[in-house]
Amino acid sequence: MKIIHSATRILAIAEKEWIQVRRDGRSLILSILLPVLLLLLFAYALNMDVKRVSVAIFDQDKSALSRDLLESFSNTEYFRVQRYVRNYREIDDLIDRGTVIMGIVVPRNFESMYKSGKHVSVQILIDGSDSTSATVAGGYVKSIMFSFNRDLRMRDLNRAGISGIVAPVDVRSRVWYNEELQSKNFIVPGIIVIVMAIISALITSLTISREWERGTMETLITTPVRKYEVYFGKLVPYVLIALFDLIITVSLGYFVFSVPLRGSFIELYLIALLFLIGTSSLGIMISSATRSQVLSVQAAIIITYLPSIILSGYIFPIKNMPGIVQIITYLVPAKYLITVMKGIALKGIGASLLWTQIVFLTLYAVVVGAISLKKLSLKLPE
Amino acid sequence: MAATVAVEKLTRMFGSFTAVNSIDFSVSRGEIFGFLGPNGAGKSTTIKMLCGILVPTGGKGQVNGFDILSEQEKIKSTIGYMSQKFSLYDDLTVRENLRFFGSIYGLEGKKLSDRIAHAMDMAEIGNRGDEVVKNLPMGIKQRLALGSAILHDPPVLFLDEPTSGVDPIMRRNFWELIYNFSEAGKTIFITTHYMEEAEHCDRIALIIAGKIIALDTPARLKGDLAYEVYSFSVENFIEMFDYIQSLDFVSETAIFGSDIHVLCEKGFPLKRELGALMKKKNITNYHIEKISPTLEDVFVTHARKHGV
Repeated sequence: MKIIHSATRILAIAEKEWIQVRRDGRSLILSILLPVLLLLLFAYALNMDVKRVSVAIFDQDKSALSRDLLESFSNTEYFRVQRYVRNYREIDDLIDRGTVIMGIVVPRNFESMYKSGKHVSVQILIDGSDSTSATVAGGYVKSIMFSFNRDLRMRDLNRAGISGIVAPVDVRSRVWYNEELQSKNFIVPGIIVIVMAIISALITSLTISREWERGTMETLITTPVRKYEVYFGKLVPYVLIALFDLIITVSLGYFVFSVPLRGSFIELYLIALLFLIGTSSLGIMISSATRSQVLSVQAAIIITYLPSIILSGYIFPIKNMPGIVQIITYLVPAKYLITVMKGIALKGIGASLLWTQIVFLTLYAVVVGAISLKKLSLKLPE
Repeated sequence: MAATVAVEKLTRMFGSFTAVNSIDFSVSRGEIFGFLGPNGAGKSTTIKMLCGILVPTGGKGQVNGFDILSEQEKIKSTIGYMSQKFSLYDDLTVRENLRFFGSIYGLEGKKLSDRIAHAMDMAEIGNRGDEVVKNLPMGIKQRLALGSAILHDPPVLFLDEPTSGVDPIMRRNFWELIYNFSEAGKTIFITTHYMEEAEHCDRIALIIAGKIIALDTPARLKGDLAYEVYSFSVENFIEMFDYIQSLDFVSETAIFGSDIHVLCEKGFPLKRELGALMKKKNITNYHIEKISPTLEDVFVTHARKHGV
């Protein structure tokens, strides 16, 4: 009997929340349009592929060999020759202005020294202020130089009458799961997780604070309603909305960004449900603690967005972090769902390989749920 | 007869500020009990403690036989509460609000729809049941809030300044509803700062700065007044008010519309004394008569006595 009464009350609250969301344009925008906008914005803005690195060339030799070398750079899609310059000062200047991030300097007598069998060197200047691009560009240079040297050596040997030489060890790499190494394939699943974390906490962060601000909480708390009934009544509709958002964002990833979905969507959905229960409870917790809509929104965004980006391992590798920070990352639910997302979408693995993540997400949902239930007060503020 | 509501030494502090200062009273079944006092006197704080949404810092009390310190859950299902500020859901329709609160009170099926129909009927919502509450006039909102508070047919109603902000006609309608509840045996605890409203109550407690300074029926409160009250009307009464206030045989003065109420010791020949003074001032166009005291006279006298 008591359980039936509780269920009736939970349903009544859920239904009421649903009517309120439906009637409030702002809530609709927040819960349906915002996730789409965020996903599009992030996915287009966060492109980590380093392509078409702009280069300045200072060719002091102007020989056939120097031209060969420089062509092997300009023939790839990784570099774009921005300017040919006549002195070092110009390179400095171009790097300072940010017009180019790399300069290639071919020394005088490059060809003649090579022909006389002497060791020659080519100088590469890279703008290290953007260390990601610099590292990647440096990597490109190394591999281009490697094949340039190999071709040169082969040509010499051929000329000396030795042919049919093959390198003793041949490297044939094949990239699994993301064959073309397209960064969008790991960016988009991560973004979906971050957007879901923000949205789910954001929409629930308003529910309790709005009732306190409008004074309706004062009426509600004089009724025999219980804490857990308010909690579940508020949780259910917003988790459903968030699950709907998940369908939208995953579809966008699949259809607009052509991110593969190799595993089971149902499994992804069920694991995401655990995640959303946790993050939505976080929103309810924030809302009960602040009792102010403006504060709740700010807190919800900061508490979900920053850790999800910084501490989830999404952008910055966790194993490079100091020990204490590594421990903190265990408290960031996005960390687990990003792994799940990539595993299911890109690798096509099943839930059976994702037990650790499932356990941690369940723990997170239970602990945050319990705290927010405790935080939810049906008494007037002191 | 067991009291429906009773408190002893009930106290509530907010930090070092004492909002309610050790008050005692009891309300019996079917009574309309009024709490009369200025804003900030502790009326709402008292009502909130009785409804179980604010914890007292001292004293004890019971509502419907349930302890206000330990049995708030039980109290909540046997009371109806109407807050000072309209606090139903603005963005829901009348019917949705009633459905929601009805379900929260555990009503369902036919019982729920019957009670909703009854509440709408009582509140004279008419055919506006499907309108969003936000768009309704204040008077209807107020009656809707009352309707919502009685959905589960509670034996006790707590009404916190229910008629503030509604016009006098609406206020009268509202009081008719309250009388009906009282006749049906329900206990009503109502706070107000309108004197004429307090006259409708069976008993009133005057509360100032957290303390009850007088508690009785309106008639007895007025009868117990230690002074006689005269109504004095004169041209430029504002200037005259200061003058009369300064006279040493005048105990209290208060402005009522364009009249001045003058209070003096019982048996004092005020009419004659004041008449002589007026003659001296060459004022002939005045009128003075002895009247029976109003609650406001009682209130002002008590308030002055307590240094407010």
